[in-house]
Order: sequence, then structure tokens, then C-alpha cells
Amino acid sequence: MSSLWKRNQQRIAPWLFLAPGIFMFAVYVIIPIFQSVNISFYAWDGLGQAEYVGVANYVELMDDEAFYTSLKNNVIWLVLYMLAIPAGLFVALFLNQTVRGIRIYKSLFFFPFVISQVVVGLVFSWFYDPTNGLLNIALMAFGFDPVAVLADEKWVTYGIIAAGLWPQTAYCMILYLTGLNAVDPEQIEAARLDNARGLKMLWYVVLPQLKPATFIALVVTVIGALRSFDLISIMTDGGPWGSSRVLAFYMYEQAFSEYGFRMGYGAAIAVVLFAIMMIYISAFLFKMYRDEKGR
Amino acid sequence: MFPTPIEKSSQGRQFAYKIALPIALILWLLPLIAVALTSVRSAGDITAGNYWGWPTSFNLIENYTAIFENTPIGKYILNSFKVTIPTVIGAVALSCMTGFALGVYKFRSNLLVFFMFVAGNFVPFQILMVPVRELTLDMGMYNTITGLALFHIAFQTGFCTLFMRNFIKAMPFALIEAARVEGVSEIKIFWYVVMPLMKPAIAALSVLIFTFIWNDYFWATVLTQGADTQPITAGLYSLNGQWVAAWHLVSAGSIVAAMPPVLMFFLMQRHFIAGLTLGAVK
Repeated sequence: MSSLWKRNQQRIAPWLFLAPGIFMFAVYVIIPIFQSVNISFYAWDGLGQAEYVGVANYVELMDDEAFYTSLKNNVIWLVLYMLAIPAGLFVALFLNQTVRGIRIYKSLFFFPFVISQVVVGLVFSWFYDPTNGLLNIALMAFGFDPVAVLADEKWVTYGIIAAGLWPQTAYCMILYLTGLNAVDPEQIEAARLDNARGLKMLWYVVLPQLKPATFIALVVTVIGALRSFDLISIMTDGGPWGSSRVLAFYMYEQAFSEYGFRMGYGAAIAVVLFAIMMIYISAFLFKMYRDEKGR
Repeated sequence: MFPTPIEKSSQGRQFAYKIALPIALILWLLPLIAVALTSVRSAGDITAGNYWGWPTSFNLIENYTAIFENTPIGKYILNSFKVTIPTVIGAVALSCMTGFALGVYKFRSNLLVFFMFVAGNFVPFQILMVPVRELTLDMGMYNTITGLALFHIAFQTGFCTLFMRNFIKAMPFALIEAARVEGVSEIKIFWYVVMPLMKPAIAALSVLIFTFIWNDYFWATVLTQGADTQPITAGLYSLNGQWVAAWHLVSAGSIVAAMPPVLMFFLMQRHFIAGLTLGAVK
């Protein structure tokens, strides 16, 4: 026994170390993905017997107004959330100096990312408050009519995204600050001698070196945009009249609906969201695979 | 360095920069400053609509004692700790092992297993929601802190494995080779050679996971209900429902909820940022 272990330990050891992690991850993450796909073919209230309905849930989705609203909002989230990347770069460039106390400034600018989205959501609902919120006080000071951002179908999604951009910009900022730290000073000096400055320098010399930071910023921002749930739940609960729902929120609402749980229908929505996410996950894995093979 | 260091520019620009810094910071943190100020306002200020002016009186102690005495917020905070700390320990322990296995050994399915962890870490929560809730119910752990923590441990193992594996991969492999030549067993190599070198990675991951889990709201609402088990994020949401328009209490509650991760961040800043920006530099 002990000689068997001695001879083969380099082959057995990795699986020994992997076993607990793989077990937990399989039970709670990998297997549930397949179970969800399976549930999406059933009508099930979470209590009684599940009834196989084939693709009926998906057919229903195609005709569901609320599904399209959610999908449209997801696209708006994805597009506007990208603003966090240039905004984060801008803040990082502003803070990339060595004056006294700059470290404190950097950490305070990062602050919004550390706080829970529940708190961010509460803070912003209050900022948008139609009677006493700072936004409307400011609007009125400039002679505009007050806007009830979170009660207006036209504005509500944009209002929530603005709240989300606050922590997300902070996140991108810290990625770029770290990236800027590693920019090769010799290249910058050489470019300076060639009279490159300002935007040109940024575009042709600095940004190419920031590529890894931009990549990570892109990944976390896409994932963040598609995962948006907390802010919507806190700030509007999907309202007014469901106009601020996204797929993640709509799924939750359907599965735990107050008119009875619709687990199958919810699972079908989740599968659609998962399929969208899978595009990005595959792209990420593909890039990782190339990097791994490249070393 | 880019942009050009400000010390090299004219006196005027340097001065302008030093003025611009605090102004930018105040604007950036304005929502938080307002919350902090509001958390010490009196109820009178709130009803009078004095949200943004200077508080007429400072009720720091009254407001903060009020939320602890009249609401289960203390309980929520305690629950948060009870979920967060075991999760940090569990996920970091599991991923030290998986990261070691994937970073050190060459075997055929290595990359496949690694990609499984990475991909799983990115999936939307909703695709897991129904089965995980069912599983937790079946195990009799619905609405328990253990049930919530177990899920978090499993899910965070994905991200932690990504982190640990890359960290170990960057370590000098010669060290492990040398130990093998000496006849040290693989388990001892893990414990005596690799683990001591992983301390910075463990520190970085611990603060990150602490913050992630402390701030989790979705799973708290899916797997728990009621003040006996819910963590502070979900608790704050239900308290917000009770404190309609009592913004001074909502603010005080928010500050209390935000405190632990904020403290963690300030105490462990270097580790926190090192963890978050892994991969941002090549």
C-alpha cells in the first residue's frame, strides 16, 4: 500500500487535493446548471408534481411583453455600463500623481466599490427622491422641472444604471491605477522626445500597455451589467409597471411570484440569460486558452 | 510616468491641481457624505425636509442607539459575520488545495478542470437559483446560516481557484523539484513548501471574499428569511420597508452595514488591491 502510494503519488496527489473542491463546486454550481435547463421544460410550482411541457415555456417567452422589456433593458445596461471603463481611466489618470496625501485620495475614490449595493441603492433612491432629493433641488435651482426619476418609465433604467456606474467606475479606476503603475517609463520618455503628448501619447503609447487592465475591466463590467439585480430590487422592485426589470430580476420575480411559484418559466428565463452570458464566458476562456498555450 | 508629474508643471497648475483634488473627492463622495450627515440628524430635520443643509442638532448617539434598540440590526450584523467568516475560511482552504493541484501538477485534464472552475465563477446566479434552493430545502438547511454559508463556500471556490492557481503557477518551481529530489512527500510539499509562500495570496483572497460575501444580497433573499438568519444586506432592505421616510434611521443603518467591509478595506488595503487587480498587469 505505502509503496503503491510512493510510486504513484505524483499521479494521485492532484486528485486528492482537487476532490473536496470539485465535489462542492459540482454539487452547488455545475450540476444545478443542467438541472435548471431540465426544469425549464416543466411546469412546476415548486411544491406539487412537475409536469413535462416540452418547449412550452420558451414558446410563451416569445410572446411575453415583459420578457422583451427585460431583454431590452439588459442591452441598455450592457451598453451604458461600458462607460465605467473610460470613466475609470479618466479618474485614474487624474489621480496618477505623487503629491502629498494622494494615497488617501486614491483609497477614498475607491470607496463606493467596497460598500454593498444595497447601501448604494438606498443612497441613490434618496438622491432621486422627488420632493427632497438633491437631484431635484439642483434641477429646480437651474430652473428645470423636477423629475421623479424612479417613478418615470422613461428614466428609471437610466437612473438605476447611473447608480451602478458609481461603484463600477471605482473598480475600473483601481484596475487602471495598477496598470499605470506598470507602464514602462522608458517608453514614455522616448515618446516624449519624439514630441508625443496628451491624447496622442495616451492613445498610441499608454493604452497599448494598459491592454491587460482594459481586458479585466471589460470582463468585470460585462459580468456586472448582466448580473444587475440588487440595485433594481432595492430601488424600484422592477417598477414602475415592470419597466425597469432585467432578465435576472424578471426570472426571480417569476420563480417566486406572489401569484404562485413558476419555477419552470423562471428557469427558462435563466437559461436565456445563461446563453447570453455564455458568449462572454467562451470568449474569456478562449483568450485564456491562447495565453496558456502561448507560454 | 503618465500623465506628466504635476511637480514638473508651472506653479499655477500645481496649485490648481491641489485645489481640484479635494473638490473632486467631495463631489465623488457626495452621496455618502450626505448619508453620514443625515445619520446624525433629528427626526425634526427630516420632517422639515432639511436633508441637505447643516443639521440643526447632532443626534449621533440617539440615532445609533435607536436602531440597535428598536430593530434587530444587531442580530443581522451577527448573522452576517456567522455567514461570512466560515465562508472565507472554507473557500480559501478548498482553493489552496485546488490551486495547488492545478498549478503544480501536469495531467491531461488539468486545463479542463481549471476552466470548469473559471466558467462556473462567471455564470448568472439565476441559473443556479431554483436547484440550489431545492437542494438546500432537501438537506433541511433552508433558512439556516449553514445552508447559506455552504453555498457561498462552493461558489466562491471558483474565483478562489482561479486566483490561487495563477499565484502558484508564478512561484519558482525549482523549490518543489528540490523537495521532490529530497524525497519529501507531495502532501508535505504542499504543507511545508508551498503553503508558507501562499500567505500573501491567502490574505488578499480573505479580504476580497469577506467583502463579496458581506455584500451579498441575492442569495440571502433566496436561501433565508426573517431576522433569525438573514444577514445585514437583506435585513437593511426589510428595515427600509419599516422605516418609511425615516431617512435618519435608514442612513444610520446603512452606515452600520457598510462599516465592516470598509474597515477591512482600510486595514488590509494593500492586500485588497493586490487581489482585485490580479491580472491587470502582465
